[in-house]
Amino acid sequence: MSEAQSNSTTEKCIEIRNMNKWYGDFHVLKNINLEVHKGEKIVICGPSGSGKSTMIRCINRLEEHQQGDIIVDGTELTNDLKNIDAVRREVGMVFQHFNLFPHLTVLENCTLAPIWVRNTPKAEAEATAMEFLERVKIPEQANKYPGQLSGGQQQRVAIARSLCMRPNIMLFDEPTSALDPEMIKEVLDTMVSLAEEGITMLCVTHEMGFAKKVADRVIFMDEGEIIETNNPHDFFDNPQHDRTKLFLSQILGH
Amino acid sequence: MTERTYAPGTHPDLPPPSDTIGLIHWLKANLFSSPVNSVVTLVAIYLLYLALPSAFNWLFIDATYVGETRKDCAQEGACMAFIGERFNLFVYGFYPAELRWRVNLAAILLAVAGAAVLWDKIPARKHMLKFALAYPFIGAWLLSGGFGLESVGTHLFGGLMLTLTIGVTGIAFSLPLGILLALGRQSQLPIIKYFCIAFIEFIRGVPLITLLFVASTMLSYFLPPGTTFDLLLRVLIMVTLFASAYMAEVVRGGLQALPKGQLEAADSLGLNYSQAMRLIILPQALKISIPGIVNTFIGLYKDSTLVIVIGLLDPLGIGRASVADSAWLGLSTEVYLFVAVFFFISCFGMARYSLYLENKLNTGHKR
Repeated sequence: MSEAQSNSTTEKCIEIRNMNKWYGDFHVLKNINLEVHKGEKIVICGPSGSGKSTMIRCINRLEEHQQGDIIVDGTELTNDLKNIDAVRREVGMVFQHFNLFPHLTVLENCTLAPIWVRNTPKAEAEATAMEFLERVKIPEQANKYPGQLSGGQQQRVAIARSLCMRPNIMLFDEPTSALDPEMIKEVLDTMVSLAEEGITMLCVTHEMGFAKKVADRVIFMDEGEIIETNNPHDFFDNPQHDRTKLFLSQILGH
Repeated sequence: MTERTYAPGTHPDLPPPSDTIGLIHWLKANLFSSPVNSVVTLVAIYLLYLALPSAFNWLFIDATYVGETRKDCAQEGACMAFIGERFNLFVYGFYPAELRWRVNLAAILLAVAGAAVLWDKIPARKHMLKFALAYPFIGAWLLSGGFGLESVGTHLFGGLMLTLTIGVTGIAFSLPLGILLALGRQSQLPIIKYFCIAFIEFIRGVPLITLLFVASTMLSYFLPPGTTFDLLLRVLIMVTLFASAYMAEVVRGGLQALPKGQLEAADSLGLNYSQAMRLIILPQALKISIPGIVNTFIGLYKDSTLVIVIGLLDPLGIGRASVADSAWLGLSTEVYLFVAVFFFISCFGMARYSLYLENKLNTGHKR
């Protein structure tokens, strides 16, 4: 593999083939096909209920798919718990509602998984955690509890917590949707700096400024299908499908 | 519009108005906040004025605390001499007098083990907790004997030590068992799930007295002929199972109160099921459940008085037997008051500890 074209290396990181998912009778995800290469940043957008969150939650098996294949870093997701745990160790996830552990301090939130899942010695895990808390610019909050932080700070802790496992892939599920406008920027800045470091990212978001700035590809989903995939330039300036045009006119129209 | 007194950003923190703090404010807010409240307050003060002095006279001024027989007691006041005379019976039941040091030792060790469990600042807590784990066996050995100690039949157990034996055993074993049942009830495996549901619903659907009768009479039909199975042990098992069914539902309430995101976050970090439960879910669910858990403990503790129906004498049973003593007639008020105070102190202690624990575990996360 040539290092010269590191931005478009051909190494496949995630491969989703003909994937279908149902909730009971309801067909939520319809024939999803997606390949993500190492280091690629992908932004997924679409109206609510279009299945975008469900799709990225399938990648670390928070949701089970019923048909098709999902292969993450060479491991196929099946009912085998060992495979699922192996994938989850390599895939970090940031949630809309942060989901920090309220009974643990910020530092303990960050060191818990490295200590218990990776068997990292406590001192080393704490050093790593402080490093990442500095990266997200809140080392001074390390000994507070999540309930004492603002929403933006909590989300940055959540990002640091995922990074402490040193994942290859990061999934973001609407990371700024529950935040006040003033706090959205601090979280997006953290995500931009993360993107610049070359980690593979899949991000469900409606922050179109972020998509234009960092995405290699933008995916538009509606009613459980991938309608359009394009580079951000063409996606915003020259959308192919009427549904995409309508969606863009609605979210960019004001 | 009033004039701006301070430039923007320079407004100092001012003290609150004086009528919103202090004793006067407290009286106003709590006792005389409205005409109806004021009337209720005055009526309550009047009733206390009627009741308290005579009760105080009966219990302290006119009471007899030292005496050998009924005749030593004054007519007017309480005859507490009787309680003193029967005190050993209330505490030890019929436990042989020369072996009572074993009960005392078990009680002291119980206090040590209890302190290790309940108080997290105790020195060398890790070792103390190991001792606490071993305590049920040490305690059982001290009380019932065997292995070098003279055996004492459990039919001689009674009074306070019987209540504590049942209460502590039930509390110590019903919580872990209840947690397992609550987790089992949420299991994906149908066999475990339906077993837990059936167990919980059956035990909750049957009165404790019925279970105690089953323990005392019917169990011997189910066991192989010739096996002797200690009566107190059967009672302990039944009381524990009974409390654990209630405990399971209390813990399940706590589990359901947690947002789904907590388990998802634990999963997404790669924690396995037992780690996620142990480190993330249960600490939070149990914290939410503290009031319900302690409620169940208090219920269990007081339900231990029901063992009277199968012939075991706890303090209430001893009290009933004492009231019938022809040499000390007419003292039921004193006896039942003593029993009530004993139970009240124990239960109130548990309630206060649960409040302390809730405050200690509060990490400012209220949503």
